[in-house]
Amino acid sequence: MSLFSVLDLSRFQFAMTTIFHFFFVPLSIGTGLIVSIMETLYVVKKDEMYKKMARFWGKIFLLSFAVGVPTGIIQEFQFGMNWSDYSRFVGDIFGAPLAVEALVAFFAESTFIGLWMFTWDRFKPWVHALFIWVTTFASAISALWILGANSFMQNPVAFAIDGKMNRLKLVDFFQLITNPQLGFEFSHVLFGAFVTAAFVIVGMSAFRLLKSEKLGAELTLFYRKSLKIAAIVGLLGSLGSIASGDAQTQFLMKQQPMKFAAMEGVDNTLDSSKRDDKAEPWTVIGFWNAKTHKFVGKIEVPYALSILGNHSLTGGKTVGMNELNKQLQREYGNQSKDYYVPVNTVFYSFRVMAGGAGLVFLLAILALYFNRKDGKQLLKYRWFLWILGIATYLPFVINSAGWLITELGRYPWTVYGLFTTADSVSPNATVPGLLFTNGIFFLAFGLLGIAMIVYARRVLHAGPDDVEYETLAKDKKGEA
Amino acid sequence: MSELQLLWFVLIGVLFAGFFFLEGYDFGVGMQFITNAHTKEEREQLYSSIGPNWDANEVWLLTAGGAMFASFPFWYASLFSGFYIMLFIVLIALIFRAASFEFRDQVQKYVSQRAWERTIGISSFVAPFFLGMIFTAMVKGMPIDAHGDIYGGFFDYVNIYSLVGGVAVALMSYIHGLNFTKLKVEGRLYDVATKQLKFAYPLLIAGEALFAVLTFFMTDLFQNNPVWEFIICPVIVVTTLLSWFASAKGKEGFAFVTSGLILAELVAFLFAGLFPRVMVGNNPKFSILIENASSSTYTLQVMSIVVLIALPITLAYQIWSFVVFARRFKSSK
Ligand code: HEM
Repeated sequence: MSLFSVLDLSRFQFAMTTIFHFFFVPLSIGTGLIVSIMETLYVVKKDEMYKKMARFWGKIFLLSFAVGVPTGIIQEFQFGMNWSDYSRFVGDIFGAPLAVEALVAFFAESTFIGLWMFTWDRFKPWVHALFIWVTTFASAISALWILGANSFMQNPVAFAIDGKMNRLKLVDFFQLITNPQLGFEFSHVLFGAFVTAAFVIVGMSAFRLLKSEKLGAELTLFYRKSLKIAAIVGLLGSLGSIASGDAQTQFLMKQQPMKFAAMEGVDNTLDSSKRDDKAEPWTVIGFWNAKTHKFVGKIEVPYALSILGNHSLTGGKTVGMNELNKQLQREYGNQSKDYYVPVNTVFYSFRVMAGGAGLVFLLAILALYFNRKDGKQLLKYRWFLWILGIATYLPFVINSAGWLITELGRYPWTVYGLFTTADSVSPNATVPGLLFTNGIFFLAFGLLGIAMIVYARRVLHAGPDDVEYETLAKDKKGEA
Repeated sequence: MSELQLLWFVLIGVLFAGFFFLEGYDFGVGMQFITNAHTKEEREQLYSSIGPNWDANEVWLLTAGGAMFASFPFWYASLFSGFYIMLFIVLIALIFRAASFEFRDQVQKYVSQRAWERTIGISSFVAPFFLGMIFTAMVKGMPIDAHGDIYGGFFDYVNIYSLVGGVAVALMSYIHGLNFTKLKVEGRLYDVATKQLKFAYPLLIAGEALFAVLTFFMTDLFQNNPVWEFIICPVIVVTTLLSWFASAKGKEGFAFVTSGLILAELVAFLFAGLFPRVMVGNNPKFSILIENASSSTYTLQVMSIVVLIALPITLAYQIWSFVVFARRFKSSK
C-alpha cells in the first residue's frame, strides 16, 4: 500500500484546480458587472469621475481575467487527462455544453475584452461601454454552460444508457439545458459572483479610505462612491444568494437527501410529529463520529430546522444519514458499501457559507448606512473600515465552501446515482505522475495568487490618477 | 462511418488548423520578446501588436479541445490521458504566458516586468514545441490497449520524429510571428525580422524535407492514405517557397498568410494521415477509429446546428476586431 492512491491524488488535483479557478470566475463576472455599471453612469451623467472609476476597477477586472482564462483551459483538458473513463462514459452529454461554452461565450468574451482594453478613445462612449457589457454578459453565459454540465452531474436528466458502448447517451438537448438544478445553481452562482466582486471593491476602497486625510477630498469622494456602488451590488447579491440558496436547499432535500442530512448534521431521522414541540431543532455545532455513525456534542436551536427546511415554525421530517445509508444500500444493491459523504466537511462548509451570507448582508447594509450623506461616520469608524478591508477575502472563502458542499456532498458519485468517482479516474494515471503535477500546480498557483494580490495592491496604491490609458505603443491618432 | 462523423473529424482538424494559424503568430511574436527585442520600447511594440487578439486566438485551442470532447469522447479520453505529462507542460506554459501578458502590463514601472517578459518568451516556445511533439507522436503510433488507454514509455513520446515535429511547429510559428511583426511594426524590429527570415525559410525547407523522409520511414501515414499525403506534402513545400518569395519581395501580407497556411497544411497532413483512425495503435488492432470513437448521431446533430449558427457570428466579430486593430506601430527612432 502506498501512502496515496491515484484516486485521492486525482481528486485533490481536481479540487485544487477548480477552487483556484473559481476564485477568478466570480470575481471576473462580478467586476465586469460593476465596471459596466460605472461606465454606464459615465455615459449617462458625463461625469469624468465615473470614467476614472471604470478604468481603475477595470484594472482589477483585467488581472482577474488574466488568471481566470488560462486556469479555465485546465478545466477543459483535465477531464480527458485525469478522468478519461468519466469522459468516455458521459462525453456524449457532458462534452456538448463545454464545446458550446467555448464557441458562444469564450470567443465573445476574449474578443470584446480586447476591444474594451485598447479603444478608450477610439469609439463613442456608449459604444465603448457596450464592449464591457458584452464581455460581462458573455462571461455569465459561459458560467451558464459549464454549470449546465455540472448540473447534469448533480441531477442527471435527458439521458439513456447505451449498453453496447457502455456510456450515457443524450436524448434531449433542450431537457439538458432546462434541468431544474441548473436554474438554482446558475442563479446562486451569479448572485455569489456579485457578492464576490462587490466585497473586493468595497474592501479595497475601505483600505484606501483609512488614509483619507492623505488622499484629499477628490480621491476620498472617488473611493466613497466606488464603495457605495459596490455595496449596493453586494447587498442585492447577498439577498439573491440567500433566496436562491434557500430554493436550492428545498430542491436538494428531495434530490440528494444524504447531502442535505449531512449539511444539517442529522444522524438519525428527525420527525417533528414525534417530538413534544412538534418542531425540528437545528444543530449549530457538532461533530460526526464516522465510527459510531453518531453526531455528537451537538448544540441545538429549537424550531430552527423547521423554519429553514419546512418554512414554518413547526412540522417537517428529515430522514437521517443512517436510514439513508440503508436505503441507498438497498437501492444500489451494495450492502457492503457505505454511502456516507464526508460529513464534517460538508456540515461546516455549510455553516461557513450560510454564516458568511449573513455577515456580508450585514456589512453591506452598515457600509451603506455609514456612508450616507457626507460619509463622516464611515471615515470616523476606522474599526469598521478595517473590517470591510479584511472582508475582501471573505467571499472567496464562502464560494469555496459552497463548492465543497456541492461536490463532496455528491460522494461517492461523479454522476449522481449512475457513475462513481472511483470508476471515473484514468486507468493509466500513476502516483508519481500525479505527485509531480499536483506539486507543480500547487507552486504555480501559489505564485500566481501572490502575484495577483501584490499587483492588486500596487494598482490600489498607485490610485486612479495613475491609470495610464492602455494605449498601444505609438497608436495615437495621426501617427498610425 | 457516417457523413456526420466525417464532418466532425474535419471540423476538429479545422479548429486545430485555425488555432495554429492564429496563435501561431502570437507564439512567434512572444518568442521575439527574448530573441529580438532589446529595449523596453521594442517590447512595447511587440506587445501592442498582439495585445488585443492573443486571448481570442487561444480560445481556438479551447474550442478544439471542447469540440473533441463533445464529438469524439473516446479520442479525447485516450489522447488527453495518454499524453498527460506533455499536455500538463503545455498547460503550465499557457497559464504563465497568459498571466505574464497581463502582469507585465500592470507593472510598467517595476523590474519584475523583465521577469514576466522572459516568461512570455520561454512559454511561447514551450507551448508550440510540445504541441508539435504531441501531434507527431500521436500519428506515429502509441502502445494502446484494448480499452483505448495508452501505456507509453519515454521513447514513445520523445523520439527523433516527435522532436523534429516539435521543432518544426515552433519554427513555423516563429516564422509566422516574424511575418506578423513585419506587418505590424516599424524600426529595428522590422529590420531584424527581415534578416532572420532570410535564414529561417531555407532552414524550414530543409526541416520539411527531413520531416517528410522521417514520416515515410517511421510512420504509416503515406501507406495509409497515399493520395492525400502525396498531394499535401508538396503543397506544404510550395506554400513555403511562395511565402519565402513573397517575404523577399516585401509582400508582407501575402507572406504572413502563406506562413500561416503552412501550419494549417501541416495539420491537414497529419489528419489526412490519421484517417480513418483517430489514434494509431502500435498494434493496429487497437487503433481507435472515427467510426467508434464518436458521440451519438443525435449529439453530433445538435452540435452541428450550434456550430452552424455560432461559427459565422464568431468569425464575423473576430475579423471585425482584427480590422479595428489593423495598423502599424511605429518606433520613435
Ligand atoms: C454570500 C452568500 C453565498 C455564496 C457566495 C454562496 C456560494 C455558493 C456556491 C459557489 C455554491 C456551489 C455552487 C452551487 O451548487 O450552487 C453553493 C452551494 C450551495 N449553497 Fe450557497 N452561497 C451563499 C449563501 C447561501 C445560503 C444563505 C444558502 C442557504 C439558505 C445556500 C445554500 C446552498 C446550497 C444548498 C448549496 C449546495 C447545492 C447543491 O449541492 O446542489 N447558500 N453556494
